[in-house]
Amino acid sequence: MKQFAVVAPADLASATRMLAEPNRSALAGGVDLLDMLKQELAAPAELVNLKALGGLDRIESVPGGVLRIGPLVTLNQLAAAPAVRERHPALADSAAQAATPQVRNLATVGGNLAQRPRCWYFRNPDIVCLKKGGTKCYAVAGLNRYHAILGGGPSFIVHPSNLAPALIACDASLALNGPDGERKIAVGDFFTSPKVDPRRENVLKPGEIIAAIEVPAPPTGARSAYLEAREKQSFDWPLAAAVAILALNRAGEVVHARIVMGAVAPIPWRAPSAEKILLGAKLDRALADRAAEAALAGAAPLAHNAYKIPIARAMVRRAILRAGGVADEPA
Amino acid sequence: MANKVIVEININGDPVELLCEPRQSLLEVLRDVLELTGSKEGCLTGDCGACTVVIDGRPVCSCLMLGVEAAGKNVATVEGLASGMSLHVLQQKFLEHASLQCGICTPGVLMSAKALLDRNPNPTEAEIRYALAGNLCRCTGYDKIVRAVTDAAAALAGRTHPAHGTVPSETASGMAGEMLAKGEAK
Ligand SMILES: Cc1cc2nc3c(=O)[nH]c(=O)nc-3n(C[C@H](O)[C@H](O)[C@H](O)COP(=O)(O)OP(=O)(O)OC[C@H]3O[C@@H](n4cnc5c(N)ncnc54)[C@H](O)[C@@H]3O)c2cc1C
Ligand code: SF4
Ligand code: FES
Ligand code: FES
Repeated sequence: MKQFAVVAPADLASATRMLAEPNRSALAGGVDLLDMLKQELAAPAELVNLKALGGLDRIESVPGGVLRIGPLVTLNQLAAAPAVRERHPALADSAAQAATPQVRNLATVGGNLAQRPRCWYFRNPDIVCLKKGGTKCYAVAGLNRYHAILGGGPSFIVHPSNLAPALIACDASLALNGPDGERKIAVGDFFTSPKVDPRRENVLKPGEIIAAIEVPAPPTGARSAYLEAREKQSFDWPLAAAVAILALNRAGEVVHARIVMGAVAPIPWRAPSAEKILLGAKLDRALADRAAEAALAGAAPLAHNAYKIPIARAMVRRAILRAGGVADEPA
Repeated sequence: MANKVIVEININGDPVELLCEPRQSLLEVLRDVLELTGSKEGCLTGDCGACTVVIDGRPVCSCLMLGVEAAGKNVATVEGLASGMSLHVLQQKFLEHASLQCGICTPGVLMSAKALLDRNPNPTEAEIRYALAGNLCRCTGYDKIVRAVTDAAAALAGRTHPAHGTVPSETASGMAGEMLAKGEAK
């Protein structure tokens, strides 16, 4: 690992100024950053320690039912917070199922959204792929068991964040603070497709910090579910994850629907076609089947990852049934 | 930039002032600077939990945080579990249930279990397994670990574990006991 200094900014404005200088990285929980530093995939001269800034590690209820989540809130804090568990169970579960207890105690919400991908070619310091400025994606003709089945190309990473699909399903937004002030964007607009730029995963500009994550109150009667499938039960990265947020009227018809998948595409993958099938229809197992079918309709697997398609479909189907309160068993 | 920095950490109840490089992980600071080698180095990527220490009541991977970030914090390592040669009840139960073989995972498992019992003195089996999900063990198959933690919880609560009669209170004897007391499980 290269040498670096760790600096403590006095306030948010000086943190963004420091980070706008070349060769600086923001340090939050350090879980991903330390990995990158150890592999010398990043070699900043200075780490700007966001933990020196006070007040960014709280979850606040603001008027209007909005939850304002500080970027330094840890995944365990998020998973355990009563307000999150009550209003946004899928979001709490997405955090509770990420990584291990020891990692969740360090990992922050902001860092989880801004973490780099886990593609093994990217993490190998000896390989210079497209994402690192090279000319080629090695996953295309290489080992691609865990890569994208949707929205891939020219890079085929899957976005590693458990939280992102849940936040998008909650219609959450981010307050980004940079040298030019604050801007607010929907979490769904934060992520960058490799078709736009394979070298980045999000729209953060130099010096910009995720200063808050705002989650609006769920629509009346909405219920949510987060499900993921993994190879290892104790802890593992998901092979596929799905979030469903549904509200039904008295007749059992769907009046609000959000379906977002994780671990299937280079960005968290919303499935508007599935939402469209659900909206206005009476929820039953057949409808969930059709919606799940639609969610994966555009899947284009690589040589070794077609197995992820039925898994993702099952996650979507089960998340819909769970959020809709319909028993998941054959009729 | 290679300048070392002074860091003050409270380790196992003792204030410690030390000199380290900003790039040294807390695990390196513990093992290489302070020669507290109870915390083990396994993967260095957060996957195995052998490096688990408890900071302000929460278990964390000491390989994933910088030593300088522990400044001002209370760090508990396996070295602080026993009082002298008197084992912590968790350590005692690990011996009784043969919950370790090679022992490389043991210091980390003990610290995760300690943090769990401090927070939740009467955990269910599922809660124990969830709390220990970040501690890999390649030897025991986990069941003996879970039994030891269950039994330790019962002992701490003054309950008698159905299968084990009264809780033994003798101090450790023998090699494994001494090694555990020193946090030197091989
Ligand atoms: C064993 C293991 C298993 C894991 N499994 C999962 C899993 O199943 N699901 C999952 O979602 N994740 C998983 N992770 C990843 C983990 O959740 C992330 O690495 C972690 O959330 C990153 O957060 P951090 O605070 O440690 O970020 P850091 O490592 O401190 O930062 C990561 C990056 O984000 C930037 N950054 C941090 N905070 C901000 C901010 N506020 N504004 C702008 N930029 C910022 C940093 O500069 C850096 O580039 C796993 C990690 C490990 C080690
Ligand atoms: S998937 Fe992306 S990160 Fe992985 S080899 Fe291809 S270009 Fe690189
Ligand atoms: S050495 Fe820290 S988790 Fe394996
Ligand atoms: S006893 Fe050998 S790894 Fe757990």
